[in-house]
Amino acid sequence: MKKVFSIALLLGALSLTTACKKTENLQDKKKQVLENYANIVLASYEDSREAAKAMQTTLAAMVKAPNTGSYRAAKEAWLAARVPYLQTEAYRMYAGPIDDDAGPEGFMNGWPMDEAYVDYVKGDMNTGIINRPDLFPNMTPALLKELNEKDGEANIATGYHAIEFLLWGQDQNALPNDAGLRAFTDYLPTTSSVKNVERRGQYLNTAADLLITDLNYLVEAWKDSQENYRKNFLANPKVSLRLVLQGAKELIGNEMAGERMQVIYDTRNQEDEHSCFSDNTHNDVIWDIQGLFNVYTGTYKRLDGTLIKGISISDLVREKDPKLDADMLALFAVAQKSAQSIVPPFDQAILKDSERAKIAATIQALKDISQKYLLVYDLIKD
Amino acid sequence: MKRPLHLLLATSSVLFVIFVMLVSACGNQNTDLLRPEKDEELSGGNSTVFDVSMNAFGQPAPILDAKQQTDFVVGNSFFKLNWVIAPASTTDRDGLGPLLNAQSCSACHLRDGRGLPPADGNTEPVGLLVRLSAKGMGPHGEPLGYGAYGGQLQNRAVLGLKPEAQVRVSYTEKVGQYADGTPFSLRVPTYTFLNPQWGNLDDALISPRLAQQIVGMGLLEAISETDLLAMADEFDKNSDGISGRPNYVWNEKEKKTELGRLGWKANQPTVEQQVAGAFLGDVGITSPIFQKHDLTPEQADLDKLPNGGQPEISNKLFEQVVLYTAALGVPARRNWQDKQVLAGKGLFLKNCAACHTPKLETGSSATIAAQANQIIYPYSDLLLHDMGPDLADNRPDFLATGQEWRTPPLWGIGLLETVNGKAFYLHDGRARTLEEAILWHGGEAQKAQKSFVGMPKRDREALIAFLKSL
Repeated sequence: MKKVFSIALLLGALSLTTACKKTENLQDKKKQVLENYANIVLASYEDSREAAKAMQTTLAAMVKAPNTGSYRAAKEAWLAARVPYLQTEAYRMYAGPIDDDAGPEGFMNGWPMDEAYVDYVKGDMNTGIINRPDLFPNMTPALLKELNEKDGEANIATGYHAIEFLLWGQDQNALPNDAGLRAFTDYLPTTSSVKNVERRGQYLNTAADLLITDLNYLVEAWKDSQENYRKNFLANPKVSLRLVLQGAKELIGNEMAGERMQVIYDTRNQEDEHSCFSDNTHNDVIWDIQGLFNVYTGTYKRLDGTLIKGISISDLVREKDPKLDADMLALFAVAQKSAQSIVPPFDQAILKDSERAKIAATIQALKDISQKYLLVYDLIKD
Repeated sequence: MKRPLHLLLATSSVLFVIFVMLVSACGNQNTDLLRPEKDEELSGGNSTVFDVSMNAFGQPAPILDAKQQTDFVVGNSFFKLNWVIAPASTTDRDGLGPLLNAQSCSACHLRDGRGLPPADGNTEPVGLLVRLSAKGMGPHGEPLGYGAYGGQLQNRAVLGLKPEAQVRVSYTEKVGQYADGTPFSLRVPTYTFLNPQWGNLDDALISPRLAQQIVGMGLLEAISETDLLAMADEFDKNSDGISGRPNYVWNEKEKKTELGRLGWKANQPTVEQQVAGAFLGDVGITSPIFQKHDLTPEQADLDKLPNGGQPEISNKLFEQVVLYTAALGVPARRNWQDKQVLAGKGLFLKNCAACHTPKLETGSSATIAAQANQIIYPYSDLLLHDMGPDLADNRPDFLATGQEWRTPPLWGIGLLETVNGKAFYLHDGRARTLEEAILWHGGEAQKAQKSFVGMPKRDREALIAFLKSL
């Protein structure tokens, strides 16, 4: 009996050791997944900053010498700056650096833009911070930041959409496919028909400066080998992986499928789209999905063409449940394909049956991914 | 080949013995209360949700049909995102103000959670608003607005306008101790108003109110009036010291007086009117229920500013926000089988359940039809109780006296910190901990408060552990 007992103990101990090894392997892999995730986060914030800096230079040049050419260049620089930034939205929704209590998300990408808080609008030519030098004599970054969070609450007056508004203006849809038709003369002191031209230029430059300050902050939070968020993030792989999965699920389901697409699909209100001034909303959808795809597959193509690739959430899932991984990848493919097939502008697409079907298909694929993310979560959370 | 099986059995029996030893080591407490009730963790019946993240309060009840799911998503958007100054490109979302407390519902109910009192004495509150009134009653029994201000102080305004006044909250500490000598300190708030624009506010009756978490509103609305009235005991006929009574309030849509069940003073009869009232008073958005801005005759000039349409939130969108508000699911309990939590539950049932009614059933009809006939655990009777002079706002609200408050539902209370980072309790957020919230209880709840003060530390901790599991 004694012998039997000790053999049992031995076997038990052995099987425990094997189990531990397996767990260790998995924990190790998780660490690698998160390392790679952090690398992608950092690279995409660095790219966003680079593109925003290019935009900052172009905007400053336009304000100095407004003309058709410099104005077009400014708009193109804004559109280009959106591409890397939109892909970073996948890192939201878990109170990470971008949107914890101190996070700059509201300053950078807040929506809907409070147009009349910033500049003239159709129906009121004298409104906005720009047109109230009596209230706000000096246009400084500190002022805009303060006005944006006046009394602890966000007035959306800065960020990408503020710059977009100041470049395109309100989309009045004179012709159905028009975006906003603000003219470069809004920045031209000599011939402008609107007031406070110089203040508008100052506002635009200041908004670009603020954006870069915020992107710097995010880059710092995710830099390697520093006492920063990234260090804590990597030190707690189990918690961090859960956060990443929860955030992605929330962004795909409630935010992308719901907030960004289902709402406008249901209301059919043309300007209830996120890039309503520039009519760039279709690209918002495409690049946001790309960002979520990046997170799942552990890949990111940098602006300079370099590919970052490492062990991914997809790899973890495939090891345990190949079918689930295949389903996820197939759904991503459907979402990407449907989103790319929507014929812009988005504010017209929501009114046409043929395009509505594509929007509905994108929404459905995103909803399905979000539901499957729950399974992914349960599968690899421990 | 049979040998490994024996080995396995031997191992399991060893483990079994150890297991039994462990179990019996913990088994020397009152056994009746140590058993969880079947399904008690499903606080919202079929509308229970299982998210324990910072988004725990934002999940739809899982019983919505396809149309309701869409309405929920759209409603969420108009609840969450800022309203903007009219006119704007986003025509569905303009019409903010002119006077306001917040730019969106979620500014105060962040992530559908609870508002926070201001961080210090120099900060303008968000999520804590101040109701005003003069002595007397309006034609429907409602509080009379105060002078040129009306019934609520709007401490914000759109660009170029001045807020009605700014609000400052300061606190003094009041110390006490538990029976076992452990000291505690409660903070007593004082409210001051800066830069009043419409005359002085010295004589105004004021009632500061914190934005509440809004889970389970549809379920509360679905409790039958008969069941609520059955809990009332206005003249304390059963001599338990507790005399819950109903508030009766004006229903603007039906143009009649009805049972009030929502809000800190049970001054709202329906989710629909609660939402419409908040849109109007807090954000400055007119709706199908309240089609005119809440401006006094003295403020009539403000009504000439551009508005966002009439009403500013369209009928369909308004209904979608109402659906959203009614359909937010109630988080399931956590750790409900935990020994300490069960011990705390026993103490709660003994001391607190006369007002914080644990279990109710929704009626046979509900705004969201699937929410009918559900066993739910709101820990409230939705009735008014005298809470004593220390908690009083001394501002009557329909039948509620200045000392009466509605028993607030406690479901979700253990997740406030998860959702909002911090948690403050009671109608004005004066309590920094659940202990402080209990210690403030007076009036009908004085007995419960006393027994809490008298509890040994272990029991106090068990009670709190129970509350945190809600």
